[in-house]
Amino acid sequence: MPEITGFFTVSQFPYLEVMSERMDAILEMRGISKSFPGVKALKDVNLSVKAGEIHGIVGENGAGKSTLMKVLSGVYPHGSYEGEIHFQGEERKFRDIADSEHIGIIIIHQELALVPLLSIAENIFLGNEIATAGVIDWHAAFRRTKELLKKVGLNESPQTQIDTIGVGKQQLVEIAKALSKDVKLLILDEPTASLNESDSDALLALLKEFRAQGISSILISHKLNEILKVADNVTILRDGSTVDHLDCRAERIDENRIIKSMVGREITDRYPERHAHPSDVIFEVRDWNVHHAVHADRHLIKNVNLNVRKGEVIGIAGLMGAGRTEFAMSVFGRSYGQKISGQALMHGKPVDVSTINRAMDAGIAYVTEDRKSYGLVLIDDIKGNVSLANLDGISKHTVVDAPREIIVANKYRKDLNIRCSSVFQQTVNLSGGNQQKVVLSKWLFTGPEVLILDEPTRGIDVGAKYEIYGIINALAESGKAVILISSEMPELLGMSDRIYIMNDGRIVGEMPVEEASQEKIMHTIMKSWED
Amino acid sequence: MAQDSATIPTSGAPHVSLGTYIRHNIRDYALLLSLIVIMVFFEVATNGILFRPVNITNLVLQNSYIVIMALGMLLIIVAGHIDLSVGSIVAFVGALAGVLIVQEHWNFGLVFLFCIAFGAVAGAAQGFFVAYLKIPAFIVTLAGMLVFRGLSLYVLGGTSYGPFPTGFQLLANGFIPDFFGATFKWTSMLIGTAVAAIIIFFKIRERFNQQKHDLAEEPLPIFIGRNVLIAIGFLWLTYLLASSRGLPNVLVIMFALITLYAFVATNTTIGRRIYALGGNEKAARLSGIRTNRLTFYAFLNMGVLAALAGLVFTARLNSATPQAGLGFELDVIAACFIGGASPTGGVGKIIGAVIGAFIVGVMNNGMSILGVGIDLQQVIKGLVLLAAVCLDVYYKRKA
Repeated sequence: MPEITGFFTVSQFPYLEVMSERMDAILEMRGISKSFPGVKALKDVNLSVKAGEIHGIVGENGAGKSTLMKVLSGVYPHGSYEGEIHFQGEERKFRDIADSEHIGIIIIHQELALVPLLSIAENIFLGNEIATAGVIDWHAAFRRTKELLKKVGLNESPQTQIDTIGVGKQQLVEIAKALSKDVKLLILDEPTASLNESDSDALLALLKEFRAQGISSILISHKLNEILKVADNVTILRDGSTVDHLDCRAERIDENRIIKSMVGREITDRYPERHAHPSDVIFEVRDWNVHHAVHADRHLIKNVNLNVRKGEVIGIAGLMGAGRTEFAMSVFGRSYGQKISGQALMHGKPVDVSTINRAMDAGIAYVTEDRKSYGLVLIDDIKGNVSLANLDGISKHTVVDAPREIIVANKYRKDLNIRCSSVFQQTVNLSGGNQQKVVLSKWLFTGPEVLILDEPTRGIDVGAKYEIYGIINALAESGKAVILISSEMPELLGMSDRIYIMNDGRIVGEMPVEEASQEKIMHTIMKSWED
Repeated sequence: MAQDSATIPTSGAPHVSLGTYIRHNIRDYALLLSLIVIMVFFEVATNGILFRPVNITNLVLQNSYIVIMALGMLLIIVAGHIDLSVGSIVAFVGALAGVLIVQEHWNFGLVFLFCIAFGAVAGAAQGFFVAYLKIPAFIVTLAGMLVFRGLSLYVLGGTSYGPFPTGFQLLANGFIPDFFGATFKWTSMLIGTAVAAIIIFFKIRERFNQQKHDLAEEPLPIFIGRNVLIAIGFLWLTYLLASSRGLPNVLVIMFALITLYAFVATNTTIGRRIYALGGNEKAARLSGIRTNRLTFYAFLNMGVLAALAGLVFTARLNSATPQAGLGFELDVIAACFIGGASPTGGVGKIIGAVIGAFIVGVMNNGMSILGVGIDLQQVIKGLVLLAAVCLDVYYKRKA
């Protein structure tokens, strides 16, 4: 593998410039590298945040943004990564989150870390109670909470229970909590992902106000228009490296400029050739609507229409939270959501997909996003997992034919090249790629016509990915229809015949792969935010 | 790609060495070994009273209801739940039988069916709350435990009902009739021998079947050793029983049930689905398994077995008392956990639960013979349960 990291640092991240700015930088992360077994998540990443600025970090899913922030906040302690962190002019070696919070680096995650059944005041001072000898001074806590809420512009009583206020307000409580800890650098990871527009605007205005008070912020967001609204500087990550650094005050930056850096990656032959010739439409979904599984008033999937042909692979592109998994699961026997409406057609005829069994009978298989939680019985062996969805296929009058089960499992072991000591091996001990092959085997054994693959290569190494791609191609060539959901756009472009683009629960674009590009997909998504 | 296909052996099963095989299956052997060690210990400690034919007969009779309930409880625990109400259902079924047979003079056959049906309804009711309303089984069955205990007190009005007609008593205290008239019960001995022969026949047939497909996993020496031990143990037990009063009826019922449940658990689709449900409910559900219905049936089944156990217990006591079945749920649950079931579900064997029940049973029996007080007995039983589960966790971590 060519060493691309050095290339980018030299040409696009001039070291001299950093030197001159170091004087007023509150945070300097230098040469940060972080590896997980089989994956190098961060490669020599540099990040410099000035005192009193809003610094945007953008990148595709998996570019390394969250990993970088976990390094910064001490979730990955000093010693588990390479490189240096300098904060307020001193080198810091955080052992845990408490360490980084202590000096004023506070991170607010996408999934809020509030306790739903406690009050605002209790949440703000959780773990940091105003107390003498262990006895909480509630008067002081409420008084202080009121001050903090005023600062973030939240008009609620300190005693209000968290789960009775909306997500936007909860976000503000998180920020108030950060303020209570004397924050110097506030990190917000996708803070507006689940906010409506007015809440988002209020939040961004608050960040600007903090800037005026000298508090620095790091804003991680997929919504480039928001980044452009408030950020002073933008750092762009791609494949775990810093690929670009843009000064929004010095030059006129637009979304195109950022997208170009975000996706500017060459696609080599990482995807095997396919010789399938899509023919008739096998499966079609019409006017599909789904409401949130818990909050019935949240309309998640809105009038989705799509179809897939025999021998075709269609991709569904979208950012995290676009509703792709929710859509797939709702189609697969209503395993997600409520108040589901719409029509599913197989070979042009309406089919009943109202339960998982009916969806399976109709010829649909759904390979879940999270194979460990939803795909495998980890304590069971390979053969037990392979036969799980089609026990009738290995039994007669409900009595399991054990030799037949082993023969079936061995067939798939060979066909899909599952590397294991035997089919008696527990699936918990398999590598991610081999686990995924077991899940695929399970669904292939049900004899489906349509396979929905949800992030089939997430968290598995490059070699195994290539094998999975080979399997997908073989399936398409054998006449199956494949719906591929992936957050990796190169994968979608490399594997699909046709791409649907989903955002905010709607299909916002559809294009043959020949016309598609990462930029075009990103543009379509960004444009749909504005509508 | 080429070198990959070479790494896949053509055979189905791995040909592992003897040592490796034992290490991988040590938990199963350790369990059986513990039972043998405990039995030998008490045999020595009680100066040979434990293995006297009369005492062996007693052991079987005393533990039959625990074993019967352990079969259902294992399925519930494997499915990832728990049932605390079984002891109270035993009491209530006893109370029902007492009132209907002794006071109302119903035909006891009819009452038998009525009580079993009641057990099914009671189990189904609890199963409904657990499976469909998603109330934790601990809460539902804790409520059931109080409700059925209270109901049995109410039905009995604080007194006991008895005695029962002889026909009903035969359920627990009867023996297989002997046709030879000698002191030694030859009929029982012959039946026992025949069953042992059938078991060995099926084991060998299974082995040949596996070999035909090259799927035999168990090394031959272990296969032979294990089956010879099973045969000897079986024949010896039969011999002891035959030298006393013959095979108890309840042993026949118990044996039939153990065979049936072991078969269902390991060789049928419903058994496989229960294990998958306990192993990963979400994955099972997304694989098209109707997990709710399965949970419901597991509780229904438990109710039926608890009712049967209640009838056996009442027949054995020849009296329906409000205190019947007190603490049974704990013995039954302990039997399953000692037998290797996992508290988090998905793991456990019918045979394990049966051996677990007998470990508890032999300890109860042995300590009673030794005159160990009920207080100390509970302490020791508690520690054994804890040790067994610790051992399980230890093996799991090693594996």
